[in-house]
Amino acid sequence: MQSSVDTTQNRLLSIALLVAALATWELAVRLLGIPSFVLPPPSAVAAGLWRGFSSGLYLQHIAVTMFEVLLGFALGCSLGFVLGVAVALNRHVAYFLYPYIVMFLSMPKVALAPLIVLWFGLGMTSKIVTAALVSFFPLMVNTIAGLNAADGDRVDLIRSLGGSERQIFTMLRLPTALPMVIAGLEIAITLSLIGTVVAEFLGAEQGLGMLMQSMNFSMDIAGSFSVLIVLAIVGLVLNQVLLAVRHRVLFWERLGRGASSAPKATASPAAGVPAEAKRLTS
Amino acid sequence: MALRTQGTVQRAFAEPSSTAEPAQPAIRLAGVNKAYGVGDASLLALHEVDLEIRGGEFVAVVGPSGCGKSTMLRVVAGLIPPGSGEVWIGDSRVHGTRRDIGIVFQSPVLFPWRTVLENVLLPIDVQKLGRDTNLAKARELLALVGLRDFESRYPAELSGGMQQRVGIARALVHDPAILLMDEPFGALDAMTREHMNVELQRLWQSRTKTVLFITHSISEAVFLADRVVVMTPRPGRIAEVIEIALPRPRSLDMMSTAPFGDYVRRIRDHFGALGVTD
Ligand SMILES: Nc1ncnc2c1ncn2[C@@H]1O[C@H](COP(=O)(O)OP(=O)(O)OP(=O)(O)O)[C@@H](O)[C@H]1O
Ligand SMILES: [Mg+2]
Repeated sequence: MQSSVDTTQNRLLSIALLVAALATWELAVRLLGIPSFVLPPPSAVAAGLWRGFSSGLYLQHIAVTMFEVLLGFALGCSLGFVLGVAVALNRHVAYFLYPYIVMFLSMPKVALAPLIVLWFGLGMTSKIVTAALVSFFPLMVNTIAGLNAADGDRVDLIRSLGGSERQIFTMLRLPTALPMVIAGLEIAITLSLIGTVVAEFLGAEQGLGMLMQSMNFSMDIAGSFSVLIVLAIVGLVLNQVLLAVRHRVLFWERLGRGASSAPKATASPAAGVPAEAKRLTS
Repeated sequence: MALRTQGTVQRAFAEPSSTAEPAQPAIRLAGVNKAYGVGDASLLALHEVDLEIRGGEFVAVVGPSGCGKSTMLRVVAGLIPPGSGEVWIGDSRVHGTRRDIGIVFQSPVLFPWRTVLENVLLPIDVQKLGRDTNLAKARELLALVGLRDFESRYPAELSGGMQQRVGIARALVHDPAILLMDEPFGALDAMTREHMNVELQRLWQSRTKTVLFITHSISEAVFLADRVVVMTPRPGRIAEVIEIALPRPRSLDMMSTAPFGDYVRRIRDHFGALGVTD
């Protein structure tokens, strides 16, 4: 499917398109006399990138942002997974948490960032908390949906052999949930980066978001653009890492005629939670 | 009660050969009722079902869709309790699931992250019987169903018929006394299906299992079974139990003989326009 499109010719065309776009941009800015603080030409952005990296400034801030993103992601995802397992396994936990889960699900969690910065200060803690908060929900929701997606006949099969609920969990529910859990991780890493940068915008001592904000204030828009490019690359790298994880862990999805398709998209709450609600009443 | 033709098959179901007492039935359902739902919405899936299956016997159940065949199988497996009545396996009453039953469902129900061999070993893993000591048996069963060279493949790499055969090997690996099969070949094309029927007969003759086999297909039931249980729906009950006195091993050619046709016709008469295929 991919190989027929992924030709040298198409790659060259794609690069040519980029070059053409950059050239047009450069020319337009110069010919129309657009001031650099409105739209900097690509050459100025490139110069900004060069300055940032050669001075070691960007690397230092990348390290800070990455640390916040990854730590928040790890905390939020672990907590989301554990709570998801608890909800999927225990109807009492599900019963008590269900109304709150629904309430929080539809709310844009990133809107809490100003409060979190207020409570946890300008240091790294507030960024980590924000990243953890936004990572938490996709992981929890997808874990619940994934664990409940186990095929009824497979459950019956283990049960018919005298298998315990614990065995059904480890041998069936967990592996069944893996594609959904990894899809949750993919969503969470993107949200985690967004949450961290937003929290850095709101007030921080270090980090790419803070850097961009301070460049905006000093009218260094070319610098701002260069940080934006760095952020795009950081996001791309994080996504690629998770894609590689998916590829490695979910090896069986690549086999055969795509017999077992992956639930790529995030689980809507409708997929996970009401199924739980149904179980509560039965 | 008619005696089966002797000498065609010998199937000693671990029963001591005391000729005086009738052997204890391997499976016995007595006055089993099962309803789904409550109140007005309640639906009687099984109504007063009485059935005794001898050790080593092959019993097929035919009936139109929704007449309670799968329900019966689930009750025997202990996956769902009967509403009333009793289910016995050997000399113990069924409360919940057991370890000496093998089940084959209509779909293969394989685990996509396990290799073919690991799928066959699933009952061994669940019952903690030790992979090492059972590896040879799993391989032997795979050879028996013609999948010797596929043990390290994954289910997605196999055809539907091959997957179903993995399911059959898996149902036998823990050496269960009882094999429950719920339309195991329903999803297969006619040619593969006939081939599977011949293979299943061969497997059963060499393994001395008690088999409860559910099917939509009348000819499949007649071909395989010692006795055919005919069920009718709403409420699901047993209309007739027919002894199939055809010699074994049965060949596909036998399906075009007059006695075979007589059995098929006799069963089909029960359904009229109910739409049971053969
Ligand atoms: N879990 C359930 N809840 C409610 N009703 C059910 C349930 N399972 C089965 N039934 C009903 O019980 C009746 C018997 O179902 P069953 O699955 O035993 O039929 P079947 O003979 O196996 O049919 P088929 O040949 O289509 O598989 C059907 O009318 C069905 O609608
Ligand atoms: Mg059925």
